[in-house]
This record gives sequence, structure tokens and C-alpha cells, in this order.
Amino acid sequence: MAKTIDRQIISDLTGAGIDFVTSVPCKQLAGVIEVLNETPQILHVPSNKEDEGMGLCAGAYMGGSRPAIIMQNTALGVVVNTLATLIQFYQIPLPMLISYRGEVGEPVACQVEMALHTKAILNQLHIPTYHFHKASDVEELPGILSYTQMCSKPVAILTDATFWRTAQ
Amino acid sequence: MIRYEVLKTLLPVISDELVVCNIGSPSQELHALDDRATNFYMLGTMGLASSIGFGLALVQDKPVISIDGDGSVLTNLATLSTIANNPRDNFILLIIDNGSYGSTGDQATYAGKKTSLAAVATACGCENVVEVSAEETAQAVKEALAARRMTIIVSKCQSGNVQVPVITKNPIVIRERFMEAVRG
Ligand SMILES: [Mg+2]
Repeated sequence: MAKTIDRQIISDLTGAGIDFVTSVPCKQLAGVIEVLNETPQILHVPSNKEDEGMGLCAGAYMGGSRPAIIMQNTALGVVVNTLATLIQFYQIPLPMLISYRGEVGEPVACQVEMALHTKAILNQLHIPTYHFHKASDVEELPGILSYTQMCSKPVAILTDATFWRTAQ
Repeated sequence: MIRYEVLKTLLPVISDELVVCNIGSPSQELHALDDRATNFYMLGTMGLASSIGFGLALVQDKPVISIDGDGSVLTNLATLSTIANNPRDNFILLIIDNGSYGSTGDQATYAGKKTSLAAVATACGCENVVEVSAEETAQAVKEALAARRMTIIVSKCQSGNVQVPVITKNPIVIRERFMEAVRG
């Protein structure tokens, strides 16, 4: 069941002109994806894997759209090459709304393993990274989205369990 | 016929169309044969020519032809289900199936053995899938463009590359001029 925070995030996306979103689901992002499917201003095309999704986003961008991708942090283990040789090499602005699994509040031990590598991978790739921990952190989202367009880079928005638990 | 010869026969059909071309030899050969602003050359990222072309077809109405290879499609097979389930009649996926990883020394792919990419595409739910010989390929692309139906074309040809230079164009130049062609 979608919450106000899910609606606010999608409304920030449409407010920033995002009109194409691809996603690979995560439990924490289920509400956002639910709202996404009810949002006619955004074409939502689910992908099977995040590198495929970034390919769709690159094509959509060249077709005049403003894409975004919704994914889990574990996927950073999949997309390093695509980020470097497609999104960064061709300078494609791409907000990545990422469920940050494996932080405090995480019930599944294995998720911690990729959580430990998440910020290291993003740092290594020189990807601007924002971490939403408190509910009020979401207020930065419109600024982050316009920053992404301004600098034509992939930008990571990590949203952890505490954020999703406390946000209304 | 090898890929280079297939590309040559395709030129009169695809020259003015938006083309997203696979990494390595396919892009280098197309670039050497007929460099156009309407060509998007992939300089990296094996496997995503189909997805990039499909993303482009999803958001605008001009026809888009993705020229992919059998090895590359095998690395991103699941995208055939994304394509099948979100059909766009302005999209053509041309798989040059030479049964080998042409850009890396012509090692055999499974598509040249037991795996049929046409059957996989059909099983994924793609409705118009045709397997053609190298010689029939240009005509098949021409017909798909004229029919304006989303079509997956598997072109069975021989393996082999010709010696052409690598692409040294700046990626931003490739992207910017391509985007201008998309808008134009
Ligand atoms: Mg091949």
C-alpha cells in the first residue's frame, strides 16, 4: 500500500520532467512502483536486469525523454561496466533511486555483504551519492534531480530502511 | 556472405533511418562503409544495442533499427521479453547471426550450435520473428520498415570480419549528432 512518501517521490520525479522510468523491484520500493504505475506522465517499462534498464534509459534519453532508474543497491554489482562505458562515457543524466538494503533494520544477513560495497563502488566510479536516512532527507530530492540534469551524470540516491520506516 | 557484405547490401535500406549499432566490428564496419549522423555507434557495453534502440523507439515515433549480433543478444537475452511485452511498431531488431563472437577472434557462440535465437524471441512473446539468409536480409528489413510492424529479424550469415579502423570519434559527438538526427 503506497504511502505519502511514495507519492511525494513520484511527484518530485514528474516535477523534474522525468517521463521515462525503468525498474527492477525491491520490497522497500514497492510503494513507489505502485504509484509509478498510476502516473500517466511517466512511461514505466520494467526491465529484467539493471544493465538492460540503463540501456533503455540511454535510448530514451536520446529520444528526447528524461529517464530515471529504480533499483536495489545489490545491482551495483551488475552495472559497473554499463555505468562507465555507456552512462558516463556518453554523458547521460541518470537519477538512480536505489533501495539501500543491508543497513540498520535489515532482516536478511546476506544483504549486508553488498551494503558494505555500495558506497565504495559509487565512490570508485565518482558518482555523486546522496543517502536518505531521515524522513526529512527527501526534501533534497528536487535539488538532486535538477543537479543530475545540470551535470549530465549518473547520480545515486540511496534510501535505507530507517528512511522507509520513519517516512510517512 | 559475411557481416560486412550484409551491411553493404543494407545501406540503401537503412542509410536514412535511425540505427543503433552493436559494439566492435559491426559499428566499425558500418562506420567505414557509411558514416552518418543517423548512426549511433556503441563504443562499449556489450549486449545493449537492442535495449538502447528499444528505449529510443519507446519514446518517439521514427523507425529505429538496432543492429545486434548473436553473441551480444545472448548476453542480454531477457531483453527479448521486455521488447515482446511492450511492443512498438517503429522498432526493428536485426540480429546478424554469424554463429561467432566476431570482434574477439571468431570464437563459436551457442547460437551457431543448438540455440535458435528466432525460437527464443518467439518464446519470449515477440510476434513477428523472421529468420532469413544473408542474401535475403536487406529485403526483410525493407519489408519490415514498409509494414511498420515491430519485427525481429535473424540474419544467418558466415563468420568473418574485414579490417577497418577503430572508431576514434568522441562519444559526445556521436551522441549529440545522433540526437540532432532524432529531432530533425
Ligand atoms: Mg556474432
